[in-house]
Amino acid sequence: MTEFAQQLINGLSLGAIYALIALGYTMVYGVLRFINFAHSDVFMVGSFAGFYIGRGMPKESFATGFLALAGAMIVCAVLGVTIERLAYRPLRNRSKLTVLITAIGVSLLLENLGQFIFGAAPKAFPTLFPVHTFKLGGLVINSSQLVVLVVALALLGALQYIVLRTKVGTAMRAVSFNPQAASLVGINNDRIISFTFALGSALAAAGGILYSLNYQAIDPLMGVLPGLKAFVAAVLGGIGNIPGAALGGLLLGVVETFVNGSRFSTFTDAIAFAILIASLLFRPAGLLGKMQVEKV
Amino acid sequence: MMKPNFTRRHALAAMAVSTGSLITACKKPEAPATTPGKPGDAKAAAGDVIKVGEFASLTGKEATFGQSSHKGTLLAIEELNAAGGVLGRKFELITEDTQSKQGESASVVRKLVSRDKVIAILGEVASGRSLEAAPICQNAKVPMISPSSTNPKVTEVGDFVFRVCFIDPFQGRVMALFAKNTLKAKNVAVLTDAAAPYSVGLATFFKEKFVADGGKVAVEQKFSSGDKDFKAQLTAIKASNPDAIFAPCYYTEAGLITQQARQLGINLPIFGGDGWEAPELLTIGGKAMDGTFYSTHYSPEDKAEMVQTFVKKFKARWNNEVPDAMAALGYDSALVLADAIKRAGGTDGQKLRDALAATKDFVGITGKTTLDAKRNATKPAVIIEVKNGQFVYKETVNP
Repeated sequence: MTEFAQQLINGLSLGAIYALIALGYTMVYGVLRFINFAHSDVFMVGSFAGFYIGRGMPKESFATGFLALAGAMIVCAVLGVTIERLAYRPLRNRSKLTVLITAIGVSLLLENLGQFIFGAAPKAFPTLFPVHTFKLGGLVINSSQLVVLVVALALLGALQYIVLRTKVGTAMRAVSFNPQAASLVGINNDRIISFTFALGSALAAAGGILYSLNYQAIDPLMGVLPGLKAFVAAVLGGIGNIPGAALGGLLLGVVETFVNGSRFSTFTDAIAFAILIASLLFRPAGLLGKMQVEKV
Repeated sequence: MMKPNFTRRHALAAMAVSTGSLITACKKPEAPATTPGKPGDAKAAAGDVIKVGEFASLTGKEATFGQSSHKGTLLAIEELNAAGGVLGRKFELITEDTQSKQGESASVVRKLVSRDKVIAILGEVASGRSLEAAPICQNAKVPMISPSSTNPKVTEVGDFVFRVCFIDPFQGRVMALFAKNTLKAKNVAVLTDAAAPYSVGLATFFKEKFVADGGKVAVEQKFSSGDKDFKAQLTAIKASNPDAIFAPCYYTEAGLITQQARQLGINLPIFGGDGWEAPELLTIGGKAMDGTFYSTHYSPEDKAEMVQTFVKKFKARWNNEVPDAMAALGYDSALVLADAIKRAGGTDGQKLRDALAATKDFVGITGKTTLDAKRNATKPAVIIEVKNGQFVYKETVNP
């Protein structure tokens, strides 16, 4: 029983990170109807931004942690907007496949630039937040797992607020629903799309930092697998659907952790992708996706 | 116009995934298929210098290993050249990077053999990558010496493949004895990297010996190279109540495993093999590494005069860096090759192979090297303990 609860906590903190990355895929899909494969590398850049900011700061404290988090989110928001501006906007009226291939190109560019600038060897991520271990009976909860859960939930809440309660969120939903009609009522589509990229990339940066806090070694190819998993999570939850992406991420993290703790641990990745295939076969719209859902 | 079109949507997603993997698959182009040089060509093309090929993981996940090994090898070659070379000919070392990637070794070794026409190949540290290169060297009849691949399968590829380090059955036995006698453990959990032949082999040999001596394997958990989250496996290990954890993997994973184990409140001794030997073990694992142990090939604290001279020379050449076991073995591999060339009286593939096979009591930094009928070296092992963030010599175990 203790083992079950412990695995559940491990799984939720991994799943929360998948959820944060999945949100970026889902939001971009919502407004542009294409999968931004460079998203997983924005996640990597976020980690490295956190690494360099964190190294220049005093000892681990909440201030250091949140500053590094905010700094990395800003760096990645700028990066996301730049990528959109340079690589995707010129292709706005081309076929979706062109943009998709470009996204893969941008992804490879970022990975190889990363190896060139940061070096391919793994680096040890600094401890940004103060570390404590809490014991509850047989359960052991690490403060970095708590930080992951709290930050992820807070960001999810903030995102939900932005999308549903603010003017810019309403505009995002309008663009997602019908871009032509949105521009007819005076929405600047390009600006809304830039904003979506900024938001999604900032969440990826947060995901990157939280991931690195938990698994202290970072390298330029670190984004590939978590990125793919988060993509699976987004599809599982219903791509284009924000609560769906969060649910998909948490579900995938928990499933993976339980598989890892069993005798079948070498099949973790296979199971993640089997889930993707099964969800495409039986519920193409995803768990929370409906045929006519609100798209953001 | 933006009505969701589901058929197109999942076709697109599926396409995206398959294109993604396709692109990754095409990332590493094969070396152009040149006809492999006949053994005779090598000598003719070599001219005055003796061309020696080296393939090492200079970048990537096991970069520390490749860099150390390369620095040792290069130091040996430079010293040999400064002393006038062998048989009046100087050495030229041609080094290729494997980027710590599976698949890359085959391409670079094929290039070294067919394009650069080297007379012998030195490398790699990781057994998986040596196993990739060995058949190529065997087919081209170019002797290959692995400085530090410990998986027994490496030299089983053929009679042109050698190594100058001990093998995993011995290392596994050493760690089993260490667990039983020094750690007084009766119940050990094993955490294996199922994607690395090195890790799988070492785990198997450890279990055999440990169980034969009356110990128990509490549970065996697996992961794949490159994984970062070990909390699930560690939680399962914790539930099985072991006395110690054996984690035969490479240093990046070893650091992460130990750190996450401590985070989960597992304060048991954790120990591994020579794959742990790297300063990165301490930068990644940090304070958590205290109370961990690993077996390796040599310790720079060894008081033997030869070792101390080597440490001094290495520091002078490489910016005051203390040579680790990989550096010492890289150094020894080049010296064993030079010794064989001297005895063979030339660099002809077959003769050089025979001379290498006859290597007996060659005194190197990592002890006396004698190559047995299976082209493996028999050598003592050293156990290192991590204490207060330092590597400390603990004991030597003789074969």
